Amino acid sequence: MSSIEFRKDLFADERVEGLKEIGKPTIRQDILGHVTGRTPYYDDHLFDGLLHMRCVRSPHHHARIRSVDTSAAERMAGVRRIVRPSDVPHNLNTLLSLINFGRDDEPLLQPKKASYRGEPILAVIADTEHQARAAAAAVRVDWEVLPHVLDVEEALQPNAPTVNEVFPDNTFEYGPYDHQKLRFGDVETAFAASYRIVEGRYQMSPIEQAPIETCGAIAAPETNDRYVCHTSTQALFFSLGTTAKLLGIDSSRLHFIGGTVGGGFGGKVDSIVEPMAVLGAVLTGRPVKFMWDREEEMQVGAPRGAERWYIKDGVAQDGRILARQFTGFFDSGAYTRLSSYAIVKGVGHLPGPYSIPNVSANVYCVFTNRTPATAMRGFGITGVDFAIECHMDKVAEAVGIDPIELRILNAYRDGDMKAHRRLAKNTALIECCQVAAAKARWPIGAGSSSASSLAGGGERALIPETVTDTEGRVGERRQGRTATAPPRKGTGRVAAGTAGKAVVAAPPQRPDMVGDPERFGRKMGGPVPSQPAPAPMIAQPQPRPGGPSLPAAFTPPTGFAPAQPQPPSAPQPPTAPQSAPDAGPYQPDQPFQRGVIRPGASRFVSGIRRR
Amino acid sequence: MAKTPVRFTLNGSEIAVFVDGGANLLDVLRRGVGDLSPKIGCMQGTCGSCTVLIDGAPHLSCLTLAEAIEGRAVATAGGLAQGPNLHPLQRAFIEGFAAQCGYCTSGMLLAAKALLDTNASPSRDQVIEAISGNLCRCTGYEPIIDAVLTAAAGMRKEAV
Amino acid sequence: MAVHQGRGFACINYPIGMNLGGDPSQALVHSTPDGRFMVTLSAIDLGQGMKSVARQIAAETLGVPVAHVYVDTADSDTGPHDMGSFASRGTHRVGNAVIRAATEARQQMLEAAAEELEVNASDLDTDGKGNIHVKGAPGRSISVADTAIAAQFKQGRTLSGRGIFLIPPSGADPDTGEMTPVTCFAHAALIVDLEVDDETGVVTVKAINSAYEVGRALNPKLVEQQLIGGAWMGVSHALYETTEPYYPARDHGPLDFNTYLMPGPAEVVPHDIAVLERPAEDAPYGGKGPGEMCANPVLPAIANAVYNAVGVRCDSLPITPEMVLRGLRANGGARPQARR
Repeated sequence: MSSIEFRKDLFADERVEGLKEIGKPTIRQDILGHVTGRTPYYDDHLFDGLLHMRCVRSPHHHARIRSVDTSAAERMAGVRRIVRPSDVPHNLNTLLSLINFGRDDEPLLQPKKASYRGEPILAVIADTEHQARAAAAAVRVDWEVLPHVLDVEEALQPNAPTVNEVFPDNTFEYGPYDHQKLRFGDVETAFAASYRIVEGRYQMSPIEQAPIETCGAIAAPETNDRYVCHTSTQALFFSLGTTAKLLGIDSSRLHFIGGTVGGGFGGKVDSIVEPMAVLGAVLTGRPVKFMWDREEEMQVGAPRGAERWYIKDGVAQDGRILARQFTGFFDSGAYTRLSSYAIVKGVGHLPGPYSIPNVSANVYCVFTNRTPATAMRGFGITGVDFAIECHMDKVAEAVGIDPIELRILNAYRDGDMKAHRRLAKNTALIECCQVAAAKARWPIGAGSSSASSLAGGGERALIPETVTDTEGRVGERRQGRTATAPPRKGTGRVAAGTAGKAVVAAPPQRPDMVGDPERFGRKMGGPVPSQPAPAPMIAQPQPRPGGPSLPAAFTPPTGFAPAQPQPPSAPQPPTAPQSAPDAGPYQPDQPFQRGVIRPGASRFVSGIRRR
Repeated sequence: MAKTPVRFTLNGSEIAVFVDGGANLLDVLRRGVGDLSPKIGCMQGTCGSCTVLIDGAPHLSCLTLAEAIEGRAVATAGGLAQGPNLHPLQRAFIEGFAAQCGYCTSGMLLAAKALLDTNASPSRDQVIEAISGNLCRCTGYEPIIDAVLTAAAGMRKEAV
Repeated sequence: MAVHQGRGFACINYPIGMNLGGDPSQALVHSTPDGRFMVTLSAIDLGQGMKSVARQIAAETLGVPVAHVYVDTADSDTGPHDMGSFASRGTHRVGNAVIRAATEARQQMLEAAAEELEVNASDLDTDGKGNIHVKGAPGRSISVADTAIAAQFKQGRTLSGRGIFLIPPSGADPDTGEMTPVTCFAHAALIVDLEVDDETGVVTVKAINSAYEVGRALNPKLVEQQLIGGAWMGVSHALYETTEPYYPARDHGPLDFNTYLMPGPAEVVPHDIAVLERPAEDAPYGGKGPGEMCANPVLPAIANAVYNAVGVRCDSLPITPEMVLRGLRANGGARPQARR
């Protein structure tokens, strides 16, 4: 029914074929185990006397714990131990503290105030799962229900209840601000010069990763005063480190085994189940299994967080998008988990794979009284791409242009400056659009058919003067001072051409790790590379209301080479789009010699064959 | 807790176990007998990863009382191969790349086997119906459907 | 009361690796006594084929057949640190670490063989079949197995290597958002053909045509697995899935697969895929990771196709029959847009 073809003809001059093992449809190393039922997932390890751990969970979105009565549960058949918050040596963490990002805000077991429906406050360990469930149900909790907030924009109102005590304004902090900003150029001036303004609001609801294997771990004392933990985690050392921190156990005493997971999709990074299982093993001296059942996986296990996006585009009559403004809200739920990172990843993705000369964004990580969100396939990107691509079709309709032609017209290309002040390279959006259109027999015009990702750079590599502001400082919202969208008037300016340095990979640490480039068509390491040069500094302070124009004469993409200063050119009136002449691949100015890094070539030359 | 003796065959071998009242077959197979090939997916009877064959018909072992299989013949994915020789379905799944994480594979294979044991020339729709009780989150189902049809064709050829 | 056809388009790119870097992966490679190689990782295989791809990368780099290489993962006692399998980082980070480790092991292997053959290591090459020979003189050769035996039992040399791959961490400027997000991006463009029943609001996807650019298809079948499975998940996300059907209210949240809907085998959509390969400069053999981005373009393509079919803008996910019917009612009926 379905088919797959490999368009080897495209970018053929950048790729060496005929490798020996790479590119072969080699049978999977693990599939024999899958079809014989022998692949060992975390639960496929047998232990004598395995105990089962189940949580007591808050039924309320937001409630204070007045008192807990476990007396009935403790007397029930098979119950070995009640696990309380006081049993957790260091009962506050955030996953990204392992890489020094964020603040500890989430307890393993909640001692005082539940902030989402399903938050665990206690655990029961018993001989069988059935006994553990029954005992957990017999725990009596006296709750003082508190007002809750479930909508991201309501959570940002001055009088909204505080969801997360560590972030009392209900937002994560990005430097001095309660949101992550993106400022590039001057969107307000560009909007004023636009033919049409197109606005939209987009909402993605939370979804479950729903792997067929739920999250779980089994931990047991090993024979050498250590604990072994079989886990479904997607991040072995994240889980080990989190367990070590929460439980105050030296990491050398933890032996984590995993690597084979029944589907993850991002839902098995949070490392909740491993500390629970190990805690159980520590407290009982027995093997303990902690697993989310399917109900918990659905509503207690962290979902992909909901996202709400407002997009405003200013578009010229010929379809060039002159300005794009975003306001985004990630619903992090009650705790940070990974959402703080998603915001930055999302902002780094704006405005999408398009060269738009004026971009601004305010993106918020908002805390609400719901299940904390986490990563899922496409984390930080899926929601905003849904918004952007729906929006592009609205823009196409507003100016009467074919949707695919609009994409190709605005697509980013090699050497274009991106809104976060890094040059694009290795782009291929245009070719994907062309190939997909042809496959579906969706006709596009000659200009779109002949466009190329290689025809970028030149004026499109410029960084415009940028309007900045200092709105949205942490703590201001409670005074009712700040709006959420980027402000209409800036308070500062960053000079045109201002950019930092792109980061590249650390080189191999030993000469023996540097391979013969002909074997992968690629050069690794070699002399420590100079940092790639910043974008050309141009004395051209005026933002160009006409937006990027395709260069009449093609200039090679600047890539990482030191750029030649270009003479300032007068702002050009908007013209009908022309496609640049086909530039072809980069032409060296001297013949290729092994070991020579030619001007303009990157340190890493992977599979690129030069004529 | 009172324990009931249950005797059954598992992949052709005689098994005798004592089970707690109300124990489900999945638990008994995995932790009681040590056959880890049926998997725990939902314990709600909706995902099919616990599928076993009881007297040749597919059943959800998470919803089957262990006590109810007294005297019956149970087959799991672990017993599909004949010694070192893979079942044609297993070979077709391997060559057809019909598994990624592999968690649903045990159940899928048995659902497919139950079909092919009674219908040597299933249509695509009949294959779809046979595996409709088995959820897969990774493959998108198409490679699995193709692998079952490939296996069926191969088995017909071998039978000739 | 009619079934309306519509088609919609979307295109995306996708960042490969953890945003802002700082996510290292390490690998260890060593030879067994008779010249087979073990690659030791703590990377996680979620089903995407991490072990398989690492195996092929190691074999290619070492210059030995893939059948002589085995990947072992994940045990924190023996596997060197890896950040984890997420953010489409596996192939890029782990693959590069495996290349560095295998490169070092290969160099040791060639030096050991050079000692046995009494030549310089730079005069030698592997044939990919388990032998090492003098360049230009294939008759002068030694097997990898004999090389390993000589190295370990006669010369006192290990044939092993270690590798780490790291994009050093950087930050994001709070005032401008300037940052180095990642070093390479994958791309996709996709067209959905579907039908909308204006009486029930039910949307049925009929066909998908797509182009995915993945750097290099390190294993074409593994790439195909991701693209087919991922597009399925995209359809599921667009039309069916939610843990909060009345978001932001938490009412009626599904608790099982009866109420958390996903398309089944009867809803498989024919998907015609074209794979483009533009190798990324710093990716292993140029290969980017297709595992996450495969679902993303499907969501807006479906929304755009629904609009094309009946003129209802679906700006929220999932696109339920209720949403379509409410839109039709608000519009006073179906408003099919221009056919393409």
